Amino acid sequence: MQRYTDVICSFCGTLCDDIEVVVEDNKIVDVKHACRIGTAKFLASNDYEHRLLKPMVRKNGKLVEVSLDEAIEEAARILKDATKPLLYGWSSTSCEAHSVGVELAEELGGVIDNTTTVCHGPSVLAIHDAGYISCTLGEVKNRADLIIYWGANPMHGHPRHLSRYSIFPRGYFRERGQQDRELIVIDVRKTDTAKIANKFIKVNYGEDYELISALRKVVNGGELREESVAGVPREEIIALAEKMKNAQFGVLFFGMGLTQSYGRHRNIDNAINLVRDLNAHTKFVIMAMRGHYNVTGFNEVLSWQAGFPYAVDFGRGYAWYNPGETTANDVLQRGECDAALIIASDPVSHFPRKSIEHLARIPFIAIDIHPTPTTQLADVVIPSAIAGIEVEGTAYRMDAVPLRLRKVKEPPEGVLSDVEILRRILARVRGEEALTAKAEVAK
Amino acid sequence: MKEVVLTPKEQPSYGLIAECISCDVFAGKSIDEIKALPVYYGNKQGELGDFFEISGEVASSAEEQRIVIAGDVPKTRWIGKEMSAGEIVVKGSAEMYVGAWMRGGKIIVEGNVGAFSGMLMQGGELYVKGNAGDYLGCSYRGEWRGMRGGTIIVEGNAGMEVGQNLNGGRIFVKGSVESFAGVRMKKGLLVVGSATDRVGAQMVGGTIVVLGNVLRLLPSFDPAGEVENPSVADESFEGVFNKYTGDHAERHAKGVLYVRKE
Repeated sequence: MQRYTDVICSFCGTLCDDIEVVVEDNKIVDVKHACRIGTAKFLASNDYEHRLLKPMVRKNGKLVEVSLDEAIEEAARILKDATKPLLYGWSSTSCEAHSVGVELAEELGGVIDNTTTVCHGPSVLAIHDAGYISCTLGEVKNRADLIIYWGANPMHGHPRHLSRYSIFPRGYFRERGQQDRELIVIDVRKTDTAKIANKFIKVNYGEDYELISALRKVVNGGELREESVAGVPREEIIALAEKMKNAQFGVLFFGMGLTQSYGRHRNIDNAINLVRDLNAHTKFVIMAMRGHYNVTGFNEVLSWQAGFPYAVDFGRGYAWYNPGETTANDVLQRGECDAALIIASDPVSHFPRKSIEHLARIPFIAIDIHPTPTTQLADVVIPSAIAGIEVEGTAYRMDAVPLRLRKVKEPPEGVLSDVEILRRILARVRGEEALTAKAEVAK
Repeated sequence: MKEVVLTPKEQPSYGLIAECISCDVFAGKSIDEIKALPVYYGNKQGELGDFFEISGEVASSAEEQRIVIAGDVPKTRWIGKEMSAGEIVVKGSAEMYVGAWMRGGKIIVEGNVGAFSGMLMQGGELYVKGNAGDYLGCSYRGEWRGMRGGTIIVEGNAGMEVGQNLNGGRIFVKGSVESFAGVRMKKGLLVVGSATDRVGAQMVGGTIVVLGNVLRLLPSFDPAGEVENPSVADESFEGVFNKYTGDHAERHAKGVLYVRKE
């Protein structure tokens, strides 16, 4: 029996780093401190019945088991023959895999994009326009006395966010924990997070932008003419603006409710500007509630290797970035790409139908840990080891703090890490002799 | 004016980057040289002649050059990029980035244009008989100084964020525009037939004129009375207009919005 402490949970962007895991005979038998989702992810790694264990290639319309070398060879062939390959996914694997992926995209002259495109892509666009006034979660824990969740429901999406960083923990300047803080939730419905809030403000669906504009007008000393904006009475808006101005350290956490509702990146643009305006009165910061555990990591890696955070087209040999043209859904819906590599993601479950119709028409490779609708549609399926449980790596928390993922157990026999799979594909694309599985063992 | 005619052949599904279709590039070249100009699709490079039949006469200077694209080019991008003089006529629809960074001359599109057309224009005229996509006359991502000069006229409708970060020049959309017309506008004139909502969001300067109605105004705009036959620069507009100032979400905003009274 082996007990591991301070294990990082590789599920959501909160990236909890206090997990205890007990392993016996290469099986996880106990998980402590993690939330229900995190615990389930650790325990599910024992379940080989619902894992991908053998590489597969589609032959005569059917996926058949093949050797790893054959699958890699076929994957490299598909990518090499393509004129505009799309490399998508990335958010649930390590930065080391991202790094090789960016190299592969550049070698192929393809388009590389990650799940940012369907979650906080609008936030990134807003950050280009408005900057980003932010901090680390440690600062929130130790200093924040006013916490606002706007269009986010961490009770379900990031279950330990409240207890580790925002509301409940005792911090250096917040010795009494929850009693020293105030929680405001702004959302279109009374979520479970809203139920524990000191105040819940219900905003009309798709009118967040109007509410932010009204708040900014009040914060900047203007007068509000309307009786109510976005379903919120004038008095309440003025009271909220006063509360924000009088906080000692305020944080605005925002989620999909703001980025993917009507207005998208302009909602965030306006919200960042609201925070900027508030800094004329007090200390206020804003932070995106990133979903996948390493979605931030991909943005970091692509930024330092290609100069842009997501949706980069290497077609002309250099990085060209313009979401709307180079984003995965746009490339798919316009029918531009002629091959794809999907890794650590399940777009077939989550993308619009029109995108998937094109994906189904083109040959594509899926690299994943377990069967998904995407792996069922793929032409080459390569199983991989779970980063953060079966392989080490680096991941970035939602506040862009890098943490080292730990390995607590061995992967299933013959299953490689994402990094190794991508290295081999890259080697074959370059025409180099890739290490075979046997040679690897001998080494 | 001397005319070169490009007759489209099959368009690649990958999208064709044809920034060489510009009077500045064509002028002074032979037809064979024009045929050999580089175009890009996916990770490949091809020649303009692979995708267009090319004939006609080439002028010695861009001012004397006219380029006619005789048909639909629904996958061709960057037509007239950085053009400084001459005329391009597209007898059909074109895709994204028509007239991006244009400095002078004229582009006439008889069909529709895709998103990002007239991006960061500095001069010249872009005339579209059909509809325009999103981000007409916009800036590039993160660039806060948008279109600086020139004129864009659209007979049909346009998408979201028309004149985003507009920093000079004029945009006329005779039909309707979707939300965020004139977002973050600083200077210049934007005239639209009708608008949905969030017109002039975060604008700090310049003028927006709506000749029809607006579904919903932002709460951060303040009414400033009625104006009869307002004139902006040398343009005048007939009728009685409600005047608004804003966007007062921004500090020291000096934007003006006219909405015609029904």
